[in-house]
This record gives sequence, C-alpha cells and structure tokens, in this order.
Amino acid sequence: MKDLDVEGVTLWKGTEADAVCGVVPDRVARPKDTEALGRLLAAARATGATVTPRGGGTALDWGSPPRSLDLMVDTSALSWIDHNAGDLVVEVGAGTPLAELRRTLADAGQRLSYDPLRVGGTVGGALATGVSGPRRLLAGGLRDLVIGMTLVRADGVVARSGGRVVKNVAGYDLAKLHTGGYGTLGVIASAAFRLHPLPPAVRVVSVPLRSREDTERALADLRATTVVPAAVELDRDRLCVVLEGTAEGLVPRVEETLRALGEDGAEVAEELPEDWGLLPTEGTLARVLAPPAELPGLACDLDADVRGYGSVPAGTLYLAFAPGTPADVVEKRLAAVRHVPDRTAVLLRAEPHVREAGVDPWGEVPGLSLMRAVKDSFDPDHRLSPGRFAGGI
Amino acid sequence: MATSAHQTNIPAALTALVPRLREICGEDGVLTDLSRRRVYESDGLTYHRATPGVVALPTTTAQVAAVVSLCAEHGVPYVPRGAGTGLSAGALPHADGVLLVTSRMRRVVEIDPENECAVVEPGVTNLDITRAAAPHGYYYAPDPSSQQVCSVGGNVAENSGGAHCLKYGFTSGHVRGLEIVTPSGEVVELGGKATGAHGYDLIGAFIGSEGTLGVATRVTVSLTRSPQKTVTLLSAFTSMDAGGEAVGAIIAAGVLPSAIEMMDALAIEAAEAAVACGYPAGAAAVLVVELDGPTSEVDAQVERVTELCAASGSFETRTASGAVERALIWKGRKSAFAAVGRISPAYIVQDGVVPRTALGEVLGRIAALSAESGIRVANVFHAGDGNLHPLVLFDDAEPGAGERAEEVSGAILDLCVEHGGSITGEHGVGVDKACKMPRMYSDDDLTTFDLFRRAFDPAGIANPDKLLPTPRLCGERPGVRTGVHPLVESGQAEQF
Ligand SMILES: Cc1cc2nc3c(=O)[nH]c(=O)nc-3n(C[C@H](O)[C@H](O)[C@H](O)COP(=O)(O)OP(=O)(O)OC[C@H]3O[C@@H](n4cnc5c(N)ncnc54)[C@H](O)[C@@H]3O)c2cc1C
Ligand SMILES: Cc1cc2nc3c(=O)[nH]c(=O)nc-3n(C[C@H](O)[C@H](O)[C@H](O)COP(=O)(O)OP(=O)(O)OC[C@H]3O[C@@H](n4cnc5c(N)ncnc54)[C@H](O)[C@@H]3O)c2cc1C
Repeated sequence: MKDLDVEGVTLWKGTEADAVCGVVPDRVARPKDTEALGRLLAAARATGATVTPRGGGTALDWGSPPRSLDLMVDTSALSWIDHNAGDLVVEVGAGTPLAELRRTLADAGQRLSYDPLRVGGTVGGALATGVSGPRRLLAGGLRDLVIGMTLVRADGVVARSGGRVVKNVAGYDLAKLHTGGYGTLGVIASAAFRLHPLPPAVRVVSVPLRSREDTERALADLRATTVVPAAVELDRDRLCVVLEGTAEGLVPRVEETLRALGEDGAEVAEELPEDWGLLPTEGTLARVLAPPAELPGLACDLDADVRGYGSVPAGTLYLAFAPGTPADVVEKRLAAVRHVPDRTAVLLRAEPHVREAGVDPWGEVPGLSLMRAVKDSFDPDHRLSPGRFAGGI
Repeated sequence: MATSAHQTNIPAALTALVPRLREICGEDGVLTDLSRRRVYESDGLTYHRATPGVVALPTTTAQVAAVVSLCAEHGVPYVPRGAGTGLSAGALPHADGVLLVTSRMRRVVEIDPENECAVVEPGVTNLDITRAAAPHGYYYAPDPSSQQVCSVGGNVAENSGGAHCLKYGFTSGHVRGLEIVTPSGEVVELGGKATGAHGYDLIGAFIGSEGTLGVATRVTVSLTRSPQKTVTLLSAFTSMDAGGEAVGAIIAAGVLPSAIEMMDALAIEAAEAAVACGYPAGAAAVLVVELDGPTSEVDAQVERVTELCAASGSFETRTASGAVERALIWKGRKSAFAAVGRISPAYIVQDGVVPRTALGEVLGRIAALSAESGIRVANVFHAGDGNLHPLVLFDDAEPGAGERAEEVSGAILDLCVEHGGSITGEHGVGVDKACKMPRMYSDDDLTTFDLFRRAFDPAGIANPDKLLPTPRLCGERPGVRTGVHPLVESGQAEQF
C-alpha cells in the first residue's frame, strides 16, 4: 500500500475505531485539498484499492457493510467556507462540520435551510446520506439546495457540475445524483448551496397524536388553510407544525393552525425543541415512503417498541426500533409496508443481529437496472464502497 | 397515405421501419408525407431546421416503448418533442431519425388534493395542470411564460422555471414521480406520490436532461396551495444602478418575493410604444416585484419593499392587489419581448446568468459593449436570480449586421461566465449552446457528463448531437433569430 503515499496526503494504519459496519480499513488517508484527493484516488485506482469516504463518522453505520475496504478517505482537511452573503450562496469543502457552517451563516443572518443538525456531522456526510429533515416544505430538501458540486471520480479525475448561481440549466445535474449516493459513485470534494434568510421568528404548534381518524381530519383541515407551514412533522407521539415569519405576522397564522389542529392538548412554542428532527443514534432505523395521506394510518398503528418520525406532506416516515428489537419483528414490519403498492421501505441502519439474520435492507428498488448502469459508468471496477448501496451496488 | 410515392422522400434506413411504426401507432400516428413532416422542422429557435425522417405520434406508454425499442433494434436515432417551444433547438429533428411527438398524450390522469399532487401525461400543457387543480384551491407552481402551450414533458426535459421561480424554484423541485422509457425501450417507474425515492436520485438527474436520457411518459407533480394574498409592485428609478441597488437591498433585508423583474429604458420605451403600459414617465429602470403568502406577512413585506425602493432612489412605487390591476403592471413586462420586435427588424434573445451581486457590473459592461459596437441591447430580465435576457437588436437587411449582433450576444455570454455565472438559466443547451459548453466546463467535466449519458444511452440514439459538444456539431456556425417569435406574435405565448 506504499503506492498510496502521494503528495499532500497523510496516511496511517486503520484500526477498530475506523471500522465501517465492522469492516476495518487497511489504511486511512487524509488529503489536504481537492487536488490531493484526486491524486489519492488515482493512486487507489492504480493499486486496485477499495475506498470508503468518511466525514464526521456519525452515520457510517447507515447502509450495508462494504464488501472490501482497503482505504478509508478522511475528508476532515477539506474544510473551508466561502460565503457570498449578497448572493445568498455558499461554497464549502465536504469535510466542513455542519455546525460550523451553521454558525458562519447565522452570523450573517442566513441559513442553509436544512435540519436537523447532528453534532459532528459534515457537509459531505449529509449530502452522501441524502436524507432531508422536517423543514423541507418551503425550500426543499438538501438535494434542492445544492447548486453545484465538485467531485472526484473513482479514477481520480476531478469534475464539477452546476456552479455558484441559483439558476443554471447547463449540463446534467450530477450534484443531485451524488446526493444520497453514499459515496458509491465518487467522493464529494465540495459543494455550493443556495441559502435563505433566517426567519425573524418561529412558532411550533403541536398537538398530541390522536386516533388515525382525528389525525387525518386535523391534517385535512390544515391543508385547507393558507398558513404555509415550514414543517408538518410527526414526532413520536406529537404532531408539530412549524411556522416561520415575523412575530406579528405569525399571530393569525398560529390561530388558524390551532383551529385546524384542535386546541385540545395543544402547545405553542417559540423555539424548536432541542432534539428537533434527530433520530435515535442506536437501534435499527428504517425509512418508509408512502403517499402523504397514508402517513397518519402508518404512524398511528405503531407498537410501543417502534417510534415514528417524519414529514407528512413529503410522505416520509422514519421508524426507530428500540435497541435489541429482534430481526423477525423488524422484518415483519418492513414486509407489512412493502406489500402495499406505492409504499417502499429501506433499512438505514440495521443492528448487527438484524443484518446477520439476512433482513433485506432495500426491498425492491425501482430503477435498479439504471442505477447499476450508472454505477458501472462511474466506477467500473466497483471499488467505491462496494456493497453499501441498493442491490449490492 | 402510405403509398410508395410519399415514402420516396424518406431516408432509406427508415423505410423498413415505417410499416412497423404504423403497426405500433396506427395509420394516423405516423407521418411520412413531406409537407406534414415539415411542420416539425424546428422548435422555438426557428433558425435551426431539419426535416424529420419520420414522425411518430404515440398515444400510450406502451407505444412509446415500442417505438423506442424499434429505434434501438435498428440503431436509428430518435428525438422526443413536446410542444416545440424550446429555445435551444433541443427538439431539432434528426433527418435520418424518428421524431417522437407527445402531443397525443394529453390526459390529466389524476388530480389528488389529499396528496397534493397530480398525475399527467407528458403532452399536457403546463397551464392545464393549474386549470385542473384550481377548483381544489391548488396550482402548479413552475410557470414558464410559454405555459399556455409548452408541455410538462418539455418542462421536465428543460427543468423549466418562470418569473416566480425566485421563490418557488424550478420544475425539479415539483416532480415527485416519473415514468420514463429508456433509450433501450425499457419502461421504468421512478418515485411516486411521496417526495423522493430510495436509491440514486435518478429523477433529479433526469430533469433537465433535454431528452438525452429517455422519454418521460408520465409525470407526478406537486401541487401548491394558492396563496392567501398576492401583491404586485411597480417601482420606477432614474438609473439602472439605483434599480439594481433596490434589488440587493430587498434580498439583504431577508424578504423573499416570488418575483423580481427588471426592465431598462429601451425595453420600457418599446413596451410603451406597443401596449401603452403607462409606466412612470422618465423611468430609466423599472422593477416589478411580486409578494405572496399569508395576508399578515405580505402586508408587512409590501411596506418594507416600498421603503427599500424609496431609499434606493425610486421616484414612484405603485401597488396592486386585485387581479386586474396586477395584470396592468405585468402588461409592460410581459409584452417587452414582442414589443422590441416592433422597434427593431430583428433581434437575438440571449439567456445567461450572473451572481446577483455582479448584476450592476455586468449591465455596465453590456452597455459599454453596446456603445462600442453601435448595436442596441435592451435588457428585460429576472433580476432576483440574476438571469439576464439581453435582446440584441439589428437590421437583418443590412449585410453583416446579423454576424455583428451574434458577436455581441456571444460576448455577453462570456461576461456571464467570467463573473462566475452560467451560459443558460432556463432555455437549455440543445444544439444552440452545445459548442459553448467548454466555456463553462473543463474537458474532465464534459467527459463526466458523457459518462452519465452513456449509462442511459450506450448506443447514442437518444437525441444525439444535443447538450454536449461534438465535432460534427461544433464545426457549424450558429445563425440568428429574425423577427418576433410566431407564438408571441399570435398571442399564444408571452416571452419574458
Ligand atoms: C431527519 C434526519 C435525521 C437524521 N438522524 C440521524 C441520526 O439520528 N443519526 C445519524 O447518525 N445520522 C442522522 N442523520 C444523517 C445525517 O445526515 C448524518 O448524521 C450526518 O450528516 C453525516 O455526516 P458525517 O460527516 O458524520 O458522515 P459519515 O458518517 O462520515 O458518512 C456517512 C456516509 O457518507 C459517506 N460520505 C461521507 N463523506 C463523503 C464524501 N465527502 N463524499 C462521498 N461520500 C461521503 C460515507 O462513506 C458514509 O456512507 C439524519 C439526517 C436527517 C435528515
Ligand atoms: C415565447 C416563449 C417563452 C418562453 N418562456 C420560458 C420561460 O419563461 N421559462 C423557461 O424556462 N422556458 C421558457 N421558454 C422555453 C420553452 O417553452 C421551455 O423550454 C419548455 O419547457 C419547452 O417545452 P416544449 O413542450 O415546447 O418542449 P420542446 O420544445 O418540444 O422540447 C424541448 C426539449 O425537451 C425534450 N422533450 C420534450 N418532451 C419530452 C419528453 N416527454 N421526454 C423527454 N424529453 C422531452 C426535447 O427533446 C427537447 O430537447 C419559452 C419559449 C417561448 C417560445
């Protein structure tokens, strides 16, 4: 592995602490910039090394274990922020901690309209896992906020797609393709995002989750309003509606929301809860996609050992199983979702005993043959996080 | 119709295909007659022309798949076409290929207010979605100004936006599901009524792919709740700089209007002459700003924007909230492109993007270019997101004038790239800008795009010679647009 010792890269021996779903990398390398990352991946190609990138390492247990892992690429040195406040645009290195980005933007009265914030998570990791949090109703998910990306291909070639302007239709939108790609198509070196002004005030109207019928009725009444929620979130046993605007402007909007949801047990807060949008860091975790109107039904009939979180209008429900939940319980719940048309479920994180029991993490993924073709094009030797993705990609 | 006399015009490679195309699409679903094929020889960019080898008009996904499979089997290129309003010659036919037109796939399959979405066939016009959704209190947010005519399939292929994309975003933010026919003829369903899908974001990558990755045969779009209140402001300035300053001030204040449009003196003069829009006399620049949302928020924003315009030197601001009064304000803006056609025999419409903070500088450089060359340039554009649409005026009767105008127009694109912008904000690359892609992207970037394209289309039959530069394509010299677009002239579309 001496051949991986290229200019601008710090290289060391991998240990248990660097394991990805139990697979220990032979080497860990930290490139100092995009060019060094390019040289490193070119060298990896020459030696045939398999590669998995790592940002903050907070979500390495998402996805399946890699079939092989020679080289872990640590992005922590790719950390920089180039903020153009006047254009509401920021370009950041992939290794930049999300928390640091948030602070920098907040100082200028702006934000990347993305939540939640997992302490220790990086921009690259958030992009690669590709999941979007609750407040995606107004500005969209992370995929909608990325306007450009620089990535390093499996062969070490550095390529850019998009740019630094919010409106741009020149070329394919490869930034979206890599968002949610778990690093199986390339390593993200940096990305540019469109930003939004921080709202002057926030209100969180929440009510206890009631019966399925009551919840459906409340949501229908809410849809009939024009309050423009930033989030309509199922958070365990509560239904939360987030409104953003000015303090005065929010008054009638909160009233209208309360009328729709019902005042019984309702609470109005002026801040998001501390753990807003965060999912448990332990236990098996699944994501269900379904037509939005079916979410109350899905959420209201969960057993005590599964908690539901999700964005109703987006049709996304996360199922968090209590740690230690047996594989057959997980499998049954997934099967119950998957056998209904228009519903899909994947395991984001499977506890080792669930994985070892052979529970299918992906189910049937539409478009898999195209995804394989894309993978073959970008990574013909299947060296980038092999086996981490849908269909064993 | 299918007599051999008619078919003699058809390229030899296609004659074997015609009977099979008729089996698939029916007698009336295949056009071989030269005069009928000629109807499709260009899209909205009329100076690129080619007569399609044969035209197929399928009515179902199965027919599209069969047509594409047939092309794949014979190695024949095909070009998808919606309404043909594209402005980059993306739907320019292939003389030796099949033009696959979606105009007979026009069903709104479902309006689903509970899930706030609609399922439509690709030939449905953009505005028809809103028409179908309106009774439920919803609309389809992306609103290209060609929306009465252009198809959803075309919108998906171009990732179209409209004046209101400043707040609501482009097509890509509003598509939840796609059924596509791949270049090998396979039918693939991506996404559905939920937002997002598992696996790679193929929907995101397909949108904006200009027909090179396959044919969209069914689209599930998000519907947006109609806002409680909409207010339109018209603010007049004595200089473009002052107008530009107001745009920056509005954005910096944290207000997000649904649209901020700007016109310069030449564009105002043309609009005034054409439709007597009654904009404030002596204005060297006007801004049209639209604010929408809950009444309680909009009212405060209107006040704030009015103050900010005044502070930047606006000498008059008008406000309108009724539909009729709002339409009056928009009238000048919406008529500007057609109006310019009346003060100049010919013009080129450019489409480029600059970072908003570079607007002032770039507009200054455009003015300098215009002064140096003696070629007039009118500016009408989406100021909020830095999307310029300079109109380069010339007299096509004058020898060499077209070439000089083309030079100015090209130089404007260079300015956009130089300032970190883009060569196209909404019209797409197509044939028109394929050779300009290297100005914005490196060889490595372009080969990466090509890697992606080949994953979908290894045989290279899906809308070839579009989007990426090829030697065959880039040897040719681009032409110029003359006169007003026929759709604008006939009142079917507004260009702005
Ligand atoms: C609603 C919601 C809830 C969430 N809850 C949790 C939670 O409870 N727990 C949790 O762990 N995460 C959660 N996340 C995911 C969150 O995105 C990640 O925790 C975090 O942002 C990952 O960052 P990281 O730097 O730690 O990534 P890492 O853990 O380092 O990497 C994550 C994945 O991305 C790949 N990757 C990392 N960097 C790159 C790169 N530069 N290029 C290509 N691939 C790369 C890795 O190979 C790995 O597969 C949540 C996200 C959302 C939206
Ligand atoms: C007067 C005027 C005003 C305009 N204003 C705007 C504007 O405000 N904003 C804006 O963004 N654009 C605007 N345009 C450009 C144009 O209307 C849009 O690009 C529109 O989306 C094209 O739709 P269409 O159905 O006419 O597509 P076509 O012109 O038929 O085709 C455009 C491209 O899409 C491909 N295509 C078409 N249908 C499909 C399908 N089903 N599957 C796959 N590929 C397909 C074609 O191959 C071609 O590459 C304007 C055009 C005109 C003439």
